[in-house]
Amino acid sequence: MARIIVITSGKGGVGKTTTAAALSMGLAQRGKRTVVIDFDVGLRNLDLIMGCERRVVYDFINVINGEANLNQALIRDKRCDSLYVLPASQTRDKDALSKEGVERVLGDLSDNYDFIVCDSPAGIEHGANMAMYFADDAIVVTNPEVSSVRDSDRMLGILSSRSKRAEESLEPIREYLLLTRYDPMRVANGEMLSVDDVQEILSLKLLGVVPESKAVLNASNAGIPVILDRESDAGQAYGDMVSRYLGDDVPHRFLHPEKKGLLSRIFKG
Amino acid sequence: MPNTAGDQQRSSLNPNDMAEKPTSSITDADGAGPFELKAASFTLPIIRLLDNDIETVALRLGARVEKAPDFFRNTPVVIDLSDLAENAEPVALPQLVGVLRGYGMIPFGVRGANADQAAAAEALEMAILRDSYVRRTRQLGELVADMDPEPAPTTVSKTPKAPDKAPQPPTEPAQPRAAGQSGFMLITKPVRSGQRIYAAGGDLSIIAPVSSGAELMADGNIHVYGPLRGRALAGMSGNMEARIFCHDLQAELISIAGHYRVSEGIPNELRGVPVQIFLDQKILRIEKL
Ligand SMILES: Nc1ncnc2c1ncn2[C@@H]1O[C@H](COP(=O)(O)OP(=O)(O)OP(=O)(O)O)[C@@H](O)[C@H]1O
Ligand SMILES: [Mg+2]
Repeated sequence: MARIIVITSGKGGVGKTTTAAALSMGLAQRGKRTVVIDFDVGLRNLDLIMGCERRVVYDFINVINGEANLNQALIRDKRCDSLYVLPASQTRDKDALSKEGVERVLGDLSDNYDFIVCDSPAGIEHGANMAMYFADDAIVVTNPEVSSVRDSDRMLGILSSRSKRAEESLEPIREYLLLTRYDPMRVANGEMLSVDDVQEILSLKLLGVVPESKAVLNASNAGIPVILDRESDAGQAYGDMVSRYLGDDVPHRFLHPEKKGLLSRIFKG
Repeated sequence: MPNTAGDQQRSSLNPNDMAEKPTSSITDADGAGPFELKAASFTLPIIRLLDNDIETVALRLGARVEKAPDFFRNTPVVIDLSDLAENAEPVALPQLVGVLRGYGMIPFGVRGANADQAAAAEALEMAILRDSYVRRTRQLGELVADMDPEPAPTTVSKTPKAPDKAPQPPTEPAQPRAAGQSGFMLITKPVRSGQRIYAAGGDLSIIAPVSSGAELMADGNIHVYGPLRGRALAGMSGNMEARIFCHDLQAELISIAGHYRVSEGIPNELRGVPVQIFLDQKILRIEKL
């Protein structure tokens, strides 16, 4: 039985797709059979960031409608054997995501995978609801600003009342907080909320803090999940996040403005 | 009017006589009944609404009341709606009534209401004063006729019943849950923005944070052992003895039996500290614990 993880936020543009790509690649690299599904019907972003946009033939909606089977629609990642992408349709409208259809596809995938990562669209509409409805775990992606924190809080409310687990009074969805686009300099200047500020409002288990980084844009332009850029701070932060998700106790990094260079420290000491 | 008693009474009066003496009393038909019917005129404060944004009204009013709290305590007031633009957004009457009560006033009637507003006022058991009616009250014959079934100005001294309708929040309806046989409901997980919890028939205790945008309701008391950043409405079905206790008050709105106060009305020194909130002679009081 696969574990279903939804990457969600409420607010748009906070880094969900970036995170879905990084998490699924990270899990797959650790040998977990992983599939990542794009629920953002009509926009189709995930395949770009995964670098497989030119191999898309069939999509999630085709499978739901029975126009293609899963094997035809799943795209195997060229860099990692145990990772598959199920792309979203760019053309269909969102109502095609029926609850029964989504449930059936997730059920079929469940037998063959360890993890199913669902990249949610922004908002709290149908697409977002479908992405989170069957989840076992939720990673709530939040930027350190008030509006994003508010929306995450709202999303958490929906997770705990309108998901399958909530409706059937099963064990609740495990909720994790991922702070992204964190700029320690701006936090120090009081221009952004700090990790503690956000934690105080959301009181959730903190899965990671991903710094604001140019590496993210470069990676998505190149179609490479940023977690594969091991030199970059964002890539390392995502690596830590995956370890923590799998149960390792890894200290948080990138929380404070970069220390002065080695030379200045030596001369000061 | 199918009220035969009223008709009889009216027929026993000479309306023309009465009109001459607007404030004289009418005794029961034979002068020896269990009550005396009188007409009297009162000078009452009228809150003439010029803006239908209740938050703004509450804010301004709060400043006024602060200056002369005793003047407003237990003062009956009439809400005048005649200056609101015809096509303006409907005014949230329950909210306004709650705000006025929160400041110690007794809103008992509306004037200049259109059909929708009149219906809203009626639902709140308020009197609907028509301009013509105000004039008519000078005519005792008419007054008697209007005593029943319509509420007349003599109901002023009657304490308005606590509203059955608390301010209606914009979020999805709460699932009212019976507070259990113990008359008590316990929530151990954070209450998030957009969530509403209603402990019907009892107390509500929360041992987790309550986010802004969340809403707690209870027919009894509300206890929050964590920061209260959302709304808390105790005494939902009118229990004025209900209280709110919280560890860290940062609420957007607090209400007891429909008497409420928005965030701006909460003094700074009472924020972020443990407090209890209760009604003292129908005025909402916040006290440090
Ligand atoms: N840590 C980061 N540092 C810098 N830029 C980032 C970071 N994370 C995401 N971004 C940028 O933010 C933008 C939005 O990212 P992404 O598409 O992952 O967000 P999303 O939440 O999936 O958006 P949507 O709600 O539209 O689906 C992209 O341009 C991405 O490059
Ligand atoms: Mg996205």
